[in-house]
Amino acid sequence: MDVVLQQALNALSLGGTYALLALGLALVFSILGLINFAHGELLTISAYSVLGLHRMGAPWWVQALAALVVGPLAAIAMERVAFRRVRSASPTTLLLTSFGLSIVIQAAFLIAISPRPQAIPQPGWLQRSVEVAGLSLQAQQLLTITVTAAALAGLSWVLGRTLLGTAMRAAAEDFDAARLMGVRADRVIQGAFAASGLLAGLATILLLARRGSVDPHLGLLPVLKAFVANVIGGVGSLPGAVLGGLLLGVAETAMRAYLPQGAAGFTDGLLFLGVVAILTWRPRGILGRPEAVRV
Amino acid sequence: MSGRVPAVGPLLDVADLTVRYGPVAAVREATLHVDEGEVIALVGPNGAGKTTLLHAIVGLVPAAAGSVALRGEAITGQATETIVRRGLALVPEHRRIFGGLTVEQNLRLGTVARRTADGVEARVAELLALFGVLAERRDQLAGTLSGGEAQQLALARALVGDPDVLLLDEPSLGLAPRIVDDVFGHIAGLRDQGLTIVLVEQHAERAIALADRVYVMASGRLSGGEPATEHTAARVRTGYLGG
Repeated sequence: MDVVLQQALNALSLGGTYALLALGLALVFSILGLINFAHGELLTISAYSVLGLHRMGAPWWVQALAALVVGPLAAIAMERVAFRRVRSASPTTLLLTSFGLSIVIQAAFLIAISPRPQAIPQPGWLQRSVEVAGLSLQAQQLLTITVTAAALAGLSWVLGRTLLGTAMRAAAEDFDAARLMGVRADRVIQGAFAASGLLAGLATILLLARRGSVDPHLGLLPVLKAFVANVIGGVGSLPGAVLGGLLLGVAETAMRAYLPQGAAGFTDGLLFLGVVAILTWRPRGILGRPEAVRV
Repeated sequence: MSGRVPAVGPLLDVADLTVRYGPVAAVREATLHVDEGEVIALVGPNGAGKTTLLHAIVGLVPAAAGSVALRGEAITGQATETIVRRGLALVPEHRRIFGGLTVEQNLRLGTVARRTADGVEARVAELLALFGVLAERRDQLAGTLSGGEAQQLALARALVGDPDVLLLDEPSLGLAPRIVDDVFGHIAGLRDQGLTIVLVEQHAERAIALADRVYVMASGRLSGGEPATEHTAARVRTGYLGG
C-alpha cells in the first residue's frame, strides 16, 4: 500500500509538471489555433537565465523569481516578433513558424553558449526527504505538487473571476465574436502568451529542481510530452490539458515502477500506444469537444 | 444616446464600399447613410451580400475599396474592437453568444465596449430588468439557453456597451413565430427610445414595418434608401420575392 502511495506521489509530481506545460500550450492554442512547439524554448530561455544568475552568485529564490519573469517576457517577445505577422495565416504556416523559431533559439544557445549541459546546483533542502506516515516525501516533490496546485487554482481564478480571464475564454470560444464585444485581440493574445510563459517559468523551476542542469535542447522532450498530454485530454480544452498531463505522469510513473527490467526501454513506446488507444476510443481526446458542423 | 455630440451629417456613412473574396465581389460599391435615430431595413435574398456588408462596416472583413465613417470620422481599415469601442455594435447572425460563459459573464463582457466606466452596474441592472428572463438565468451557462433567450442575451450584450448604432443581422433567424414577435417587440422598444438601428432581416415586411427607410441588396449591389411605406413593402415583395 505504501509503495502505491509513494508511486502516486511520484506520478502527481511528474504529471503536475506536464500539466503546467500542457496548459501553457492549450492556452495559446485555444485562442490562436497554434500549437506552439517553441513553447519548450521558453523553458530553455528561463533555465539559461537561471544559470546566468547562479553564476553571478544569486540565491535560489532570486533565480526562481527570474524564471517567473523571463518566461512571460520571452513568450510576449515570441508573439510580437514571430507570430503576430502570421496571425491570420493558415495553421500550417503557424506551425512551421513555431518549428522555425524553436530551431533558431536552440541554435542560438548552441552557438552562443555550449552544446554541453551546464550544471545548476540546486539547494540541499530540495533533495531532503521527510518521513510522513511511513512515506518518504522529497521536498522537491512537495514543491512540485504545491506549486502545480497553486498555479492551477490561480489560473482558474483569473479565467473564471476576472474580466481579462472572461475575455480570454470568450476569445477561445469565438475570437471574432469577442472582438465584437470590444475585446482587444492583441491584449488577449499577449495575455495568453504571458500566462503560458509564466507556466513555463514555473515548470522550469520544477524541472531544474529534478535534473539540475540546462542544455540547448532542454525544452524539446517536455514540449513533446505536453503536446501528447493535450492530445490525450483534447486539444484546445484547458481542463483536458491538465487531465492529460496528470494521466501521462501516472502512466509514465507506473511503467517505470512496474515494467520488468528488460522492458523499461519500451516506456515511451507503450505510452504512445496508449495514446493511440485513447484516440481510437475518443478521436478528439477525453475532454475534446466534437467540431461544430455549420449547415 | 445621452451625452453624445450630435452627428453633423449622417451618423453612419458608407460610400462605394466593395468587398472581394478572391476574384468574387460579394459587395459592389455599396453606398448608404444612416441618420441619428433612424431605423434602416436592409433586405434582400440569401447570398445577396447583406451579412458581408455588415461585417465590412465593423471591420470583420477588409474592404477592397470605399469608405465607412461614423460621426464623420473615417473608421475604414480600423480593427473591429476599435470600431466597436467607438460606438458601432453588431449583433451577428446566429447570435454567437459564448456558450461556455454564464449569462452574466456574457453581459459583463459587453461592458468592455463602453466608452465610460461610469454607470456599468446601473446599465447591467437596467438590461436585466428589461430582459427579465436573463435575470432569472443569470448564473446559467449561456449555451443552455433557448434560441429566443439567446437572442435576448445577444441584444442585451450589445446594448450594455451603449452603442450609437446597432447593427442587427437576422435577429429572427431560427426562432419560432411567437418568439419572433417578442424579438421584434424589443427592437420596436429600442427604436422608440431613439436608438439608431440597421436591421438585416429575412422577414422583409416586418423589418420594413419597423423601419424609417429601406435598402435592398441583390447580387452584392445596394439600392433604394427610400422611406418605408406600404408601397415600398409591395415593391420589395415583387422585386426580390417575385410575389
